[in-house]
Amino acid sequence: MTKRPESETSTTGPSRRGVLMGATAAAMTASLFTPKTLRAADFPTAEVNTTGLAVTDDAVTIGILHSITGTMSISETGSVQAEKLAIEQINAQGGILGRKIEYIQEDGASDWPTFAEKSRKLLVQDKVASVMGCWTSASRKAVLPVFEQHNGFLYYPTFYEGLEQSPNVIYTGQEATQQIIAGLDWVAREKGAETFYLLGSDYIWPRTSNKIARKHIENFLGKRVLGEEYYPLGHTQFNSVINKIRLRKPDVIYAIVVGGSNVAFYKQLKAAGIDMTEEKPLLLTISVTEDEIRGIGGENIEGAYACMKYFQSLDNENNIEFVKAFKEMWGDDMVIGDVTQAAYLGPWLYKAAVEKAGSFDVDKVREASPGIELDTAPEGYVKVHENHHLWSKTRVGRAQADGQYDVVFETADLVEPDPFPEGYQ
Amino acid sequence: MSDVSTPDPRQSRLFTASELLGYLVLAAVIFIVLPSVLDAFRLNLFGKYLSYAFVAIGLVLCWGVGGILSLGQGVFFGLGGYCMAMFLKLEASTPENTSIQSTPGIPDFMDWNQLTELPWWWVPFNSLTFTVVAIVVVPVILAFIIGFAMFTRRVGGVYFAIITQAIAAIATILIIGQQGFTGGVNGITDLRTLMGWDIRPDSAKTALYFVNGVLLFAVLFVAHMILKSKAGRLMIAIRDREDRVRFSGYNVANFKIFVFCAGAAFAAIGGAMFTLQVGFISPTLVGIVPSIYMVIFCAVGGRLSLLGAVYGALLVNWAQTTFSESFPELWLLAMGALFIAVVMAFPLGLAGLYDDYLKRHIDRLLAPVDRMMMRRAARKTSPKAPAPTAQAAE
Repeated sequence: MTKRPESETSTTGPSRRGVLMGATAAAMTASLFTPKTLRAADFPTAEVNTTGLAVTDDAVTIGILHSITGTMSISETGSVQAEKLAIEQINAQGGILGRKIEYIQEDGASDWPTFAEKSRKLLVQDKVASVMGCWTSASRKAVLPVFEQHNGFLYYPTFYEGLEQSPNVIYTGQEATQQIIAGLDWVAREKGAETFYLLGSDYIWPRTSNKIARKHIENFLGKRVLGEEYYPLGHTQFNSVINKIRLRKPDVIYAIVVGGSNVAFYKQLKAAGIDMTEEKPLLLTISVTEDEIRGIGGENIEGAYACMKYFQSLDNENNIEFVKAFKEMWGDDMVIGDVTQAAYLGPWLYKAAVEKAGSFDVDKVREASPGIELDTAPEGYVKVHENHHLWSKTRVGRAQADGQYDVVFETADLVEPDPFPEGYQ
Repeated sequence: MSDVSTPDPRQSRLFTASELLGYLVLAAVIFIVLPSVLDAFRLNLFGKYLSYAFVAIGLVLCWGVGGILSLGQGVFFGLGGYCMAMFLKLEASTPENTSIQSTPGIPDFMDWNQLTELPWWWVPFNSLTFTVVAIVVVPVILAFIIGFAMFTRRVGGVYFAIITQAIAAIATILIIGQQGFTGGVNGITDLRTLMGWDIRPDSAKTALYFVNGVLLFAVLFVAHMILKSKAGRLMIAIRDREDRVRFSGYNVANFKIFVFCAGAAFAAIGGAMFTLQVGFISPTLVGIVPSIYMVIFCAVGGRLSLLGAVYGALLVNWAQTTFSESFPELWLLAMGALFIAVVMAFPLGLAGLYDDYLKRHIDRLLAPVDRMMMRRAARKTSPKAPAPTAQAAE
């Protein structure tokens, strides 16, 4: 297929070819308004798809793989919604290389073997060009060998523990050092914190994060850690640790409690008379986004600080647009947390990488990915690092009774992702 | 005892014609039909389903025949799977592969949890022989301890089911809590080779499918032998009238412990095959929910039938995959409807349907074969007697 003469694009007809022409014409009309739009005809399928992916003359198929049933569905639904919004917006702009994005959605069912099974199905049977998916570390670990074996390409949205850098994954959330270090520096500098109490749910992310936090507190800040404790996922009895906190009187409670345990933890904290608005002690978390506050209740967590890269209340044009579009599509009562925003970046980063590479081939997309910039991201400008993570700012927000965060601090520059931090191992 | 002294000749033979036909059909399905109609990816999925069939076979023995409902088979499945995974993980964690770690040469999750050397109880899993033995022996020892503690105290029925469920919960919490030693919630992932043989490509998955099939038949055969043995018949007696068997002088507890251990061993073999075929193991396969799923496979297939259990595991898992691919939002409801339908409409599962509608016709068709087999068996045991005699020697 070569570039067709302009006159031919006006022919219309019922044939597949005619439809294709029509689509091209439509894309051209659109291009009057958005100069960036690319035409599929300029990128013949045979050239942009040499490895047999599900890319046709007018569509590219990608996979969405999240839990929409089971315990994780509450968290992952926001990611699915954000990804679908991004896909719709990209399609409205003419798609990727002139091809509409179609998606096949699979349910990981909060079950790691199911994630592995479905990812294999998406890659082997559906030949999807890329996958937006996973949430928990466990699900990512389960699908990782599958993606590496079948050379798939995954956009993973969650803030996570780091210690990983797969050629087949782009990590659109923050890795642990990005999220932790700036927050600890801030609390030590601005709040004069001297003593910390670390606690978390018992699995890899809180443990690794607290390991990094402890090293930073003790070795780099020269402050003290008074205690470090872990509770099983789903644990709901936090009274003993709350009593210990009252006895030891740390300046900062550093909490990485996840999932349903959050609800019990913050309610019990409040019931025990620890008023977070007084900041004695101050509570700093890296695991509570706006989504979790919906379950916890704004009045139970009011005054706590959270450290991550995105809050729904961010005041910039990209974000105002994004929040508006999200609520239009999914309803006014929706809230948008850090991971939801990171999930929204996935399709956009993919589009940018494919168009930079001029190809859907995974190897070429991988090669093109580092250095991809996105100045339309709701969180602001982001850039893909050589190590497949994103350069991003770190922000501290203060929880308010209405369930939103008030942004009180943000790093001046983008923080470099460092999944294998020296001195923190 | 009158049953034992004059056994039904059909029962005392190792296989009746219709049983033999059933095994042949299953063998044809597993070794010929599925591999020829499915691509490598789907075949691997069926291999995974078949690894659950091991558990279901064990449950037919424990629950259907022995009347011991265990809601904790996931523990044994998981132990087998973890033993296999430990060996594979150690093989994958060469110092070269793990050079970015603080302590190269140990599994990655240990390094993340600040462990600096391999725990002593991981060390023997460097040996494949030890691992293969451990896959069966470790779960059997646990089953023996549980069985000994429960059955000698005459704990049974629903109490036993609740205790096994509690054990499943404890096992999950233990695995998740000790993540430095077990990989925690993530489980043991990123398994690569078995004695240098890459288990990840399609060719290896297909080979493992056939290994799995052969092992399944070996387990079916052993289970069949147990059913046909005196112990098997005593188990049925215990299930139906435990007191009478006890008053007849049998130690009921020993039989129960035996059948519970057998079920655990089968489940463990299935778990090891699961790990090999799926490429990882995690606590989500150990807990209460998967254990109950396993009981459902058995119930759908028919808890009195070994073959039914295999078909049940295949059908339920296949339905689960298909529903969830077609209706990602609705599949759980569809599965629920399927289970309710099975329990309400055919409480003895697929095997019950077969017995009610098909078995008569097939038996009639097979009657001449059956008679021939019976005559031959009779000639072999007592050449002078014209009719099949009771095998009193048994």
